[in-house]
Amino acid sequence: MAYLDHAATTPMLPEAVSAMTAALAEHGNPSSLHASGRRARRTVEEARERVAAALGARPSEVVFTGGGTESDNLAVKGIFWARRAADPRHTVVLASAVEHHAVLDAVEWLHAHEGAQVELIGVDGLGRVDVAAFEAALDAHRDRLAVATVMWANNEVGTVQPVVSLAAAARAAGVPFHTDAAQAVGQLPVDFAASGVSAMTVAGHKLGGPFGVGALVLGRDVACTPLLHGGGQERDVRSGTLDAPSIAGFAVAVEAAVKAQADRAVHLAELREELVARVLAEVPDAILNGDPRDRLPGNVHFSFPGCEGDALLMLLDARGIECSTGSACSAGVAQPSHVLVAMGADSERARGSLRFSLGHTSTLADVDALAEAIGPVVERARRAGPAR
Amino acid sequence: MKVLAAMSGGVDSAVAAARAADAGHDVTGVHLALSESPQSHRTGARGCCTLEDSRDARRAADVIGIPFYVWGMAERFGADVVDNFVAEYAAGRTPNPCLRCNEKIKFAAVLDRALALGFDAVVTGHHARLSGGVLRRSVDAAKDQSYVLAVLTRAQLAHSIFPLGDSTKVQVRAEAAERGLTVADKPDSHDICFIPDGDTAGFLRERLGERPGEIVDAVSGEVLGGHDGSFAYTIGQRRGLRLGRPAPDGKPRYVLDISPVTNTVRVGPAEALDVDEITAVRPVWIVAAEPEGPLRCLVQIRAHGSPRPATVIPAGQGWRVELDAPDRGVAAGQAVVLYDGDTVLGSATIDSARSRAVTA
Ligand SMILES: Cc1ncc(COP(=O)(O)O)c(C=O)c1O
Repeated sequence: MAYLDHAATTPMLPEAVSAMTAALAEHGNPSSLHASGRRARRTVEEARERVAAALGARPSEVVFTGGGTESDNLAVKGIFWARRAADPRHTVVLASAVEHHAVLDAVEWLHAHEGAQVELIGVDGLGRVDVAAFEAALDAHRDRLAVATVMWANNEVGTVQPVVSLAAAARAAGVPFHTDAAQAVGQLPVDFAASGVSAMTVAGHKLGGPFGVGALVLGRDVACTPLLHGGGQERDVRSGTLDAPSIAGFAVAVEAAVKAQADRAVHLAELREELVARVLAEVPDAILNGDPRDRLPGNVHFSFPGCEGDALLMLLDARGIECSTGSACSAGVAQPSHVLVAMGADSERARGSLRFSLGHTSTLADVDALAEAIGPVVERARRAGPAR
Repeated sequence: MKVLAAMSGGVDSAVAAARAADAGHDVTGVHLALSESPQSHRTGARGCCTLEDSRDARRAADVIGIPFYVWGMAERFGADVVDNFVAEYAAGRTPNPCLRCNEKIKFAAVLDRALALGFDAVVTGHHARLSGGVLRRSVDAAKDQSYVLAVLTRAQLAHSIFPLGDSTKVQVRAEAAERGLTVADKPDSHDICFIPDGDTAGFLRERLGERPGEIVDAVSGEVLGGHDGSFAYTIGQRRGLRLGRPAPDGKPRYVLDISPVTNTVRVGPAEALDVDEITAVRPVWIVAAEPEGPLRCLVQIRAHGSPRPATVIPAGQGWRVELDAPDRGVAAGQAVVLYDGDTVLGSATIDSARSRAVTA
């Protein structure tokens, strides 16, 4: 079995499992005033400090959430609402065309239900956001900007975005800038303060922590209207009894992932280059999508001309190789990826693509298994053709 | 064998997939997404292509323990089944879309793709028996689906497996419950899957627009009323004619024929529906020995009709079918399926029908 789908979710780190299971055996609501509550609160607050320290943020800037999707929704909608409440002219949302659906659909929702004017910023053939186009959009809408959002690194094709330049431009234009760093933390150096962003999404299960927990790192001066109203936890931005065990596991994972990041990036990039070379040796006409240099160390994304991604996935699955088409589904039917379409790929190239993503448990044996299977699998899929 | 089980989300296909796995096949489940914009939930017992059906199919596959994928076939289904359905009605015929779907999608587009991807056969939950290339009725006469499979060629049948033919529906449901399949008591799907509200006339009106025309008495030639589109009528239909006047003899009148060219619906007494000679085209022989001369057999001329003795005479590219006794409501576009006892011999598409007693 070769697991090449770490971008979908990566196995939990043993130290995170230990921290979480230890906390699961404890009881107490972190909001309670008695001894049990105090103990639970200590777990949560220590976790907050560890996450903050690992990500270059202050503890008060860490808002625990139910994961990447919630963090993205909270940032995009919450900052939009707060900005519009402060000034009704603030209704323009800038977003890259290659955002994860957790951002893109939230933005679309704001357009459909809240009257937001949405400006999608295009990308080049390698999936890089055009900084000049972003600056031009900032200029064009100056007094009407509500929020801007561009992901740190793309989950499908792995392209790393010029977040620092974009954040600086947004700051100069006076608009809060959110970045979805769900795929970046643990793979790239991520420092909240140094990056200049106003808000940043982090997701537990993408970096070796548990499912259903994450954080929105939210600058102290950034106003954000809550999605969830209730007991007023998390600076009143995110009500709900805190999930101390998940948060404990999450914090340990963030800390470990950040500590190991530099070495892991070197190791993963080596494996990645090996994987790319071996696949190209078997399938010379495969096309590597995304930025060949400025990409997540664990991401490989290929288009296989003449094949359908679904067919490739099924045939590899039957041989024990687990990967992804990397694109969203409706009723499980793959749609051409909006990321590849934004990069200018035609629909055949978009449909015939697969993502192989590496992570902390990946070894050369995984690459060997893929290299052995990919030739016959592509040949088989070609016989079935790209048609649907 | 490496087999692909088509899983609709219903109980039959789930049990069929489970039996195929028990039989030692390497089974992969596939749900065909046939609708461009699927509804999220089933409404009542109708239709079959909602997201809920897709999830039911996936859940069944997980319980059986087989890989499961969704194949998007909406474009092919739209062109080969739905558009064809509309065009057939527009041409005054009465198509059977399930039969068409078997012929063009399940045992053509899906089978071809399966074979290309290295599978040996397609497994479905149809109620019919198939072994050694011989297609027979299900042991459950009420659920028998051999009629809608009779359009398949020998080549298609050679790559098909129907594991349910020896069981009744009641047995299939009981087995599903025993296997822990949550679809065990899911209602049967009826009607046409792409017309979930069952309003075929409304569906056709939406696609074809209103085309007002006349309803004419076949005997007197008198205009009895009007209609919004001849496609809303089928041969033998009695209800919903909304004729202003009763017939002189006081007996009900039926649709006798539909002429799309003049957009006229002709109606008349029940006896005028009686036909005993059918011309059929596009014949398919399932049995190995194609008869050269007249053949005595049983014929079935609609999905839930009973078989009737007849003589089938090869004529040009098709057949002339002479029924021993007249039958009613024979509609062009339906299949005429030939049986020897419960064995399917072949099928063809009804082109026209008449009564030998009446001079045309
Ligand atoms: C870039 C990105 N953002 C957001 C998400 C959603 O995160 P979660 O699964 O924690 O809701 C994902 C994971 O699919 C992702 O890759």
